Amino acid sequence: MAGPVLEMRAITKTFPGVRALSDVNLTVAAGEVHAICGENGAGKSTLMKVLSGVYPHGSYEGEILFKGEPCRFKDIRASERRGIVIIHQELALVPYLSIAENVFLGNEHARRGVISWNRTLTHAGELLRRVGLHEHPQTRVADLGVGKQQLVEIAKALAKEVELLILDEPTAALNDEDSRKLLELILELKAQGIACILISHKLNEIAKVADSVTILRDGRTIETLAVGAGGVSEDRIIRGMVGRDLEHRYPERTPEIGEVALAVEDWTVQHPIDHHRNVVDGVSLHVRRGEIVGIAGLMGAGRTELAMSVFGRSYGRWTGGRVLMHGEEIRTRTVSEAVGHGIAYVTEDRKQFGLNLADGISRNISLGALGKVSRRGWINEHEETRVAERYRASMNIKAPSVFTETGKLSGGNQQKVVLSKWIFAEPEVLILDEPTRGIDVGAKAEIYTVIADLAAQGKAVLVISSELPELLGLCDRIYTMAEGRLTGEVERADATQESLMRLMTVSAAIQNEQV
Amino acid sequence: MAQTGTTPQTRKADPEAVGRPSLQDALARALRGNVRQYGMLVALALIVVLFQIWTDGILLQPLNVTNLIQQNSYILILAIGMMIVIIAGHIDLSVGSLAAFTGAAAAVMMVKHHLPWPVALVACLLIGAAAGAWQGFWISYVGIPSFIVTLAGMLVFRGGTQIMLQGQSIAPFPRGFQKIGSGFLPEVGPRTDYHNLTLLLGAAVLAVAILQEVRGRRQAASYGLELLPTGFFLAKLAAVTAAVAVFTLLLASYHGFPIVLLILAVLLFGFGYLMRNSIIGRHTYAIGGNEAAAKLSGVKSKRVVFLAFVTMGVLAALAGLVFAARLNAGTPQAGINFELEAIAAAFIGGASASGGVGTVLGAIIGGLVLGVLNNGMSLVGIGTDYQQVIKGLVLLAAVGFDVYNKRKAGS
Repeated sequence: MAGPVLEMRAITKTFPGVRALSDVNLTVAAGEVHAICGENGAGKSTLMKVLSGVYPHGSYEGEILFKGEPCRFKDIRASERRGIVIIHQELALVPYLSIAENVFLGNEHARRGVISWNRTLTHAGELLRRVGLHEHPQTRVADLGVGKQQLVEIAKALAKEVELLILDEPTAALNDEDSRKLLELILELKAQGIACILISHKLNEIAKVADSVTILRDGRTIETLAVGAGGVSEDRIIRGMVGRDLEHRYPERTPEIGEVALAVEDWTVQHPIDHHRNVVDGVSLHVRRGEIVGIAGLMGAGRTELAMSVFGRSYGRWTGGRVLMHGEEIRTRTVSEAVGHGIAYVTEDRKQFGLNLADGISRNISLGALGKVSRRGWINEHEETRVAERYRASMNIKAPSVFTETGKLSGGNQQKVVLSKWIFAEPEVLILDEPTRGIDVGAKAEIYTVIADLAAQGKAVLVISSELPELLGLCDRIYTMAEGRLTGEVERADATQESLMRLMTVSAAIQNEQV
Repeated sequence: MAQTGTTPQTRKADPEAVGRPSLQDALARALRGNVRQYGMLVALALIVVLFQIWTDGILLQPLNVTNLIQQNSYILILAIGMMIVIIAGHIDLSVGSLAAFTGAAAAVMMVKHHLPWPVALVACLLIGAAAGAWQGFWISYVGIPSFIVTLAGMLVFRGGTQIMLQGQSIAPFPRGFQKIGSGFLPEVGPRTDYHNLTLLLGAAVLAVAILQEVRGRRQAASYGLELLPTGFFLAKLAAVTAAVAVFTLLLASYHGFPIVLLILAVLLFGFGYLMRNSIIGRHTYAIGGNEAAAKLSGVKSKRVVFLAFVTMGVLAALAGLVFAARLNAGTPQAGINFELEAIAAAFIGGASASGGVGTVLGAIIGGLVLGVLNNGMSLVGIGTDYQQVIKGLVLLAAVGFDVYNKRKAGS
């Protein structure tokens, strides 16, 4: 057996306040398909960004050996020159250029800056045959489905004479048929001697194509298992993935649970562009007054999409389902209607969807309920400032003043501003999407206390989180989702990280049984 | 970087000292939030002083100050609307053409068809509103970028102007209408060396301004908010008093208070208050700052953007009327490059190219910087060729300074 094609030794990467990777080791043997598993936030993507030079040499500790030679990539082009190509989950193709133009983008067949179209088209044609894509190279990428676009990405990688191909959740957006074809292609490439790193949480896929699997958890390597022998069960992988340290203390509380506040019935949402794909598929759930209910799921499970769709149809295309508040059907076709019925949604992406970063704290807090600080359409700025001061004190928002631009705050303080905004709107139901993502430990504990207080005041709280200990520590009841469907409902007393993870990673067989 | 939250005064461990900020802290804080606007105010003052010296005192002579106001009034009116549109995250290139179009429409209605001028005036403002609604519809409900829609509008309204006027200027306007562009408030009372009504108006403005400041301060106190230190507050009042007094005396020693200045003052305070204190104004900032977040907060962004363009349309019509009244003719060449002057004024006055930032007062300051530069440079005999070069560089420098400042502020 040949030596390893890739060795990453003792990789440590820290961001301000967070240690994303500590002492991670990864060895990929020549010509193998090596899977990487781990929960959201376990450090998979960070590790791949270190490998591909997105985080340049010097911004991390540890060393990378590719085919036995040490590598110091200063950017992604440097790693591509060595034959390491990463294909991200969000495809990076230019929709209005042709397949051929995309395949050779940045790598053109040209002499003195003039492109040779003959060579470009012939070569593109060859590459498309290799990946099994039967399309003319001059077809616009925008006219292809996601599955075919994925193949174009791989052709693009082959054009760069790839020796190690990294695929980040390649099948997350694909239907079953396209997924199957893609996995077969991975095996074909392997036969041609191209090694592959496959990041995936679909355990059935890993079982099918991978030779070995490395499990990451909390930025550490947990173990590397050989899959090829057929000795690794899904349970074995799950056991490695979960069991994160219970590093936080959760507020003590005795839930006083009332009647059902919010109920969603048979909610179905199509992908905004790809109408053949249901991103949320017939989901029914409910949350009672005073109750904290969790929604667990991995990337692409459809949790955020469900929440945003219920909240004023802010995502995708609604095709069916009802929302009931206290047993009566309500309309939530716009955000104002949803807010008017007492629903609040605290987004997962603070910077993009939660805050006006150019504006101050006070104006961000009041935006969800300006009516409460104004009379006949005119805002009382003094009242607004006083409200903001109140939340600055009660939520412990650390900022020089309530007029400080929110763009200048740390993640934890930004999150407190977003929470304040929706608490100030006095909703009956709060949907919190990843409320502690990217937040330091101290701020996390504070936010847990806030959530517990909200429940104690009789609010119904839905928490979407990728951190299982957080859900277990906080929630009274937990739903699990996978691939747009509800796959389980577990009382806290009955839930363990492993049982949840099993429901979150249901393989195709279990799903077929359910249908 | 990450730790912007805690910047405690390490020199004092006394916990009470944290609650009561020193004068320097309060000053620094008041300035920090408005570097651009205070910066432009200082720049404006510097430019005025510079040209006052350079022109041997001609710049601030009563006649010239009156001219300055009347010459720039239509750009200032446009700048107010442009600032609103830019805050909402859009742009309007059609305002110069639209101003010409409404000026021409006014001429046709008043001169050719002898409509009473107030009727024609209202009709023209409605035309402006309709034009704004037309563009606002394509921009917010159909989703065509404002740059394209208003570029189309620029061509359409310019062409419409030429069709309506058949390439000819139409003149003269009725006396009453002309006054909007070049008239003054009437004189009342006994003969003095000054224009009495202007003095009265100045005194009234001063009284209201001081009353407002004091009332605001008292209210803030009753809400238990942090106040400016008393000394600083008094200095601010003194500065306001001095500025109003000097300005009033200047105007009162010539023909008095220009009618167009009254219009401008009403627009400045009206739209200033609207943008600062109304829900719809706040929504405009939110949309420009982060449209996705605004939508997820329940802001009806399409309607707000639509209304911003309607407002811009009305203001463009008003600017066109003022220009036509001052020129005393409706002409096909009216309003050329007005849109660029208005956009430049808004950016010099603190607008952000990405939207969500800026004030109505800023637009006025920016417009005045350009206006004083124009006027001053003309007085000292710099040709229009060089004037353009200098104005262009001022625009670049003002925005560049802002970008540099933001980068220095970090993250």
